[in-house]
Amino acid sequence: AFGLTGAPSALSTDEKPNSFEEVTNYNNFYEFGTGKTDPAQYSGSLKTSPWSIRIDGMVDRPGSYGVEDLVPDAALEERIYRLRCVEAWSMVIPWLGVSLSSVLNKAGVQSGAKYVAFQTLLDPEQMPGQRYRSIDWPYREGLRLDEAMHPLAMLATGLYGKVLPNQNGAPIRLVVPWKYGFKSIKSIISITLTDKQPPTSWQMLQANEYGFYANVNPQVDHPRWSQATERRIGAGLFGGRQETLMFNGYGDQVANLYAGMDLKKFY
Amino acid sequence: MIQKANQWLRRVPVWLVWLLSSIPLLLLIWDTVNGGLGIDPVRDIEHRLGRTALYFLIATLCVTPLLRLTRLNLMRFRQALGLICFAYVCCHLLAWAVFDMALLWPQMLRDVVKRPYLIFGMIATLMLLALAVTSNRYSIRGMGANWRRLHRLIYPAAILAAVHWLWALKVLELKPVLILSAILVLLFLRFRGVFGILGGLGRGSGRG
Repeated sequence: AFGLTGAPSALSTDEKPNSFEEVTNYNNFYEFGTGKTDPAQYSGSLKTSPWSIRIDGMVDRPGSYGVEDLVPDAALEERIYRLRCVEAWSMVIPWLGVSLSSVLNKAGVQSGAKYVAFQTLLDPEQMPGQRYRSIDWPYREGLRLDEAMHPLAMLATGLYGKVLPNQNGAPIRLVVPWKYGFKSIKSIISITLTDKQPPTSWQMLQANEYGFYANVNPQVDHPRWSQATERRIGAGLFGGRQETLMFNGYGDQVANLYAGMDLKKFY
Repeated sequence: MIQKANQWLRRVPVWLVWLLSSIPLLLLIWDTVNGGLGIDPVRDIEHRLGRTALYFLIATLCVTPLLRLTRLNLMRFRQALGLICFAYVCCHLLAWAVFDMALLWPQMLRDVVKRPYLIFGMIATLMLLALAVTSNRYSIRGMGANWRRLHRLIYPAAILAAVHWLWALKVLELKPVLILSAILVLLFLRFRGVFGILGGLGRGSGRG
């Protein structure tokens, strides 16, 4: 893969990142199968170039953008973020990307916009997992506009000094470190600014288990399992469990987004 | 041919079944020691042990239908197959408690009483425990008709075990669905009359 470099970011954690091997061989990307190694095994069929991202809805400059237009290599930052999966495991990943807000500002968000909706490519030829209707494809995600504009929310095009591997959501993906991993939609083809809360894939599948917000929250369990603790991938057989932190440890930065909200209700 | 197979099977010692059934465990240990398990060994160990237990459970369930439908007699090995299944269940539980939950007893207990998939798994385990401790000759003799009644619990245990797997997943996956279907087919075969009908079909198609 091509090398990429990014300026170090003050937003990075000082925790030790998982290895490249771990980050690229233990993935949830159901478009390529439900097994953890399916994405690494079957994502070779995804053609990431040419690739364009449609930005539409309530923006001043709608249109089709190239990856390089939205995330120029020269603007890349390296941000080492914790990632907490809804399945109660976690990793630390050195992403390369830019703040989502910089991309939205390029398109010019109109004043009435309240939400951002994202969509992944729909193509069962390239994404064999889409032949099974385990999820109502294409994968959809969304953020409230103030969440999307938060400096921590980023669009990544690389990790570990390399172009994003297909299994990690090439060529461009969202990373929202204070939310469960499934919010960080991969292989994005469209970004839509809207004034209505957009439907999101996991909520569409099982609304009582997955909400629109999906903030990491140790006090609100998944109906079928506890979210109080997590297992850090790579910790070994006797690595044990660690306590899950509110907002995945990013509470100082993001808690004010949810001031006054009942997070048990808006899970 | 079946007769020949049965004659040959009579010479197979039961300990050989035990020996062969340790292969999945030895392979798992081999993979663990040699780093052949992938990125998250805890998950792989736990899941492989659970799957193996279910396979042996299904093998145990197959013994009677095989005898009735094909006359292939594996009855001598049924007790061993059941106990091996239970041994893998114990390993699965141990892996969950030690590797996955790191013996965090409060969270484990809270989870077990609250999470349906863990409740299903635990009830199945208790049922299989009851079968395992009464699988000896003395219990069979001493309990009489109650023994047969008790050991019918293997069906609800098998169904709960398969549902335990399904319920732990985020989306419906093919493999546990196939396993549950196989168990339901085997259960259906045990209903009175089914063997008669199938046997009749077999004879009708020109055997004997």
